[in-house]
Amino acid sequence: MMDFGLSEEQEALQRAAREFLARECPPALVRETAKVPDGVPRALYTKMAELGWMGIVVPEAEGGLGLGTLELALVCEELGRAAAPGPFLSTQLVTVALLRAGSKAQRRQWLPRLVSGESLAALAYLEESDRHDPSGIGCAARRTRDGWRLDGTKLFVLGVPGADLLLVAARTGRGRVSLFLVESAAPGVRVRPEETVDLTRRVGEVRLRDVAVDRSALVGREGGGWPLLERLLDLGAVGIAADSFGGAARSLEMAVEYSRVRQQFGRPIGSFQAIKHMAAEMVAEVEPARSLVWYAAYAIDHRPRESARAAAIAKARLGDVFGRTVNRAVQMHGGIGFTWEHDLQLWIKRACWNEVAFGDSTFQRERLAAIDGY
Amino acid sequence: MWCQGYSEPGAGSDLASLRTRAELIGDEFVVNGQKVWTSNAQFAHWMFCLVRTDPTAAKHAGISYLLIDMKTPGITVRPLVQMTGDAGFNEVFFEDVRVPRRNLVGELNNGWQVANATLAHERNMLGSTIRTQQTFDRLLRLARLQRRNGGPASRDPVIRQRLADLAIRVETMKLEAYRQLTDALRGRPPGIAASVNKLVTTELNHDLARAALEILGSYGPLDRRSARARDRGAWPLDFMFSLGLIIGGGTSQIQKNIIAERGLGMPKEVKR
Repeated sequence: MMDFGLSEEQEALQRAAREFLARECPPALVRETAKVPDGVPRALYTKMAELGWMGIVVPEAEGGLGLGTLELALVCEELGRAAAPGPFLSTQLVTVALLRAGSKAQRRQWLPRLVSGESLAALAYLEESDRHDPSGIGCAARRTRDGWRLDGTKLFVLGVPGADLLLVAARTGRGRVSLFLVESAAPGVRVRPEETVDLTRRVGEVRLRDVAVDRSALVGREGGGWPLLERLLDLGAVGIAADSFGGAARSLEMAVEYSRVRQQFGRPIGSFQAIKHMAAEMVAEVEPARSLVWYAAYAIDHRPRESARAAAIAKARLGDVFGRTVNRAVQMHGGIGFTWEHDLQLWIKRACWNEVAFGDSTFQRERLAAIDGY
Repeated sequence: MWCQGYSEPGAGSDLASLRTRAELIGDEFVVNGQKVWTSNAQFAHWMFCLVRTDPTAAKHAGISYLLIDMKTPGITVRPLVQMTGDAGFNEVFFEDVRVPRRNLVGELNNGWQVANATLAHERNMLGSTIRTQQTFDRLLRLARLQRRNGGPASRDPVIRQRLADLAIRVETMKLEAYRQLTDALRGRPPGIAASVNKLVTTELNHDLARAALEILGSYGPLDRRSARARDRGAWPLDFMFSLGLIIGGGTSQIQKNIIAERGLGMPKEVKR
């Protein structure tokens, strides 16, 4: 039986992360970073790396903190609470890919740079079809004498253009999926930011035109990429679910705070039952959802057979809950919540992307139905 | 072109607590105060405006309805940027703005009754079923064009259920609008129909935009500046803008209070 709660150390991490981000990542920084071309708040990421967050799941022997996915999810939750910019989650996905399937040489080459924050990374798997299953991967990798040549266009790549290291899903012999490390500065790679409503994080397009990579760029076995990618997508879904939980909790807090101070009809609007019930409905959705995130994160490390199911549930539920909660938070604010000036817009837009990232709720519910065999 | 000077920083849902003061001095009102969320004030030639003319009276009783020429000295208009990035509404400041007494609509201190009549029109406009029908038509076109799981989204059973449900809600409000129009032509009082229309239709409009984002998947959050955005990025903007219309013209919560209190005669909440 697992102990269904955080350890003292995990609670301390959560507290420290919240205090750190409240201090180092205020909404003003989020807005400032929206104007930076690559969307990376360098100074913040340097400090995050100093705290060890970039290598949170990397073994201590390789320079990391040696913690688990639950701790990673706690950090993601706090980043969501702060609407923090930059490619943190996408970098973690590539780091985990190396930990799970990377060769010794790949680990030696990349882990120190990823852990130190010198390198930021992104997982390039989606294409024009926007399919999150193997049929969505059309990018081709041809074998050459000393390696591979990649061709194709990846879309909606979370963390681009900030990332300098890409993990690219492509088709190799007999149409099976393989994963390749590609540096975004390599000849033939063209990276372009996509314009989305989300001011807080970037997604981008990656064009690969006859990009030559060494044999050593292959991560894991040739043709064995899909099972690994599927697990990375589960991790991405859990990371986004945690981020959504943090965002939902923060929007709820902002709305409740406002309802205490905003006076109408000679009293705080929070004293009206219409507003109280709205807040209570938000709580009734947000609070229980925390358990879904924790369990899904825990399952990735300790219940591998349940992890896909738990990730699908967490992503489907949190995607919906974040959207609804931030929507109600705007309504509780009235007109002021609808302005550019008010910070709630940062979360409502972040929610738009969180709802679709790593498979939207419809996709995840279908997946759950398939996993459970109905 | 006209704008509506109702809401103030301290008077939103509680509109009757407005404080913009108009003092009658000789043949002129002298107006001081501030309005907010004033749509199109930056373009308007005139404003119809609620002002407090008797600060000693009960709050609903001391309000008058004035027509103000926007070129009058002392008026400052400051655009407010909404979350979509556009500036649709404004703050309007009045500093010793002189308005001729003949610009008073109705009797002095009887502005609340006039305002309630125009508010019903505003709610009917926000609850317009024609726009909702047009939005649904656009949504259907999108569903037929957008590919999802290898086929048109409109062939996906989940999306079909969603679309059909929305179609039913749109059809309901369209037929209801015909019935209300018939009632109006027969001279029957509309009752709380405007509040029902506003409540139902603004939330329906928001759900239409939400359905579009669901159909669009990763293409949904693409902004109007993106070459890959569908329908020129209209849907995420619609999604945000329609949320604003759930708030503007009286929030859903206020409409529900009106329906319960004025429509059903349920006891009022104790309010000052």
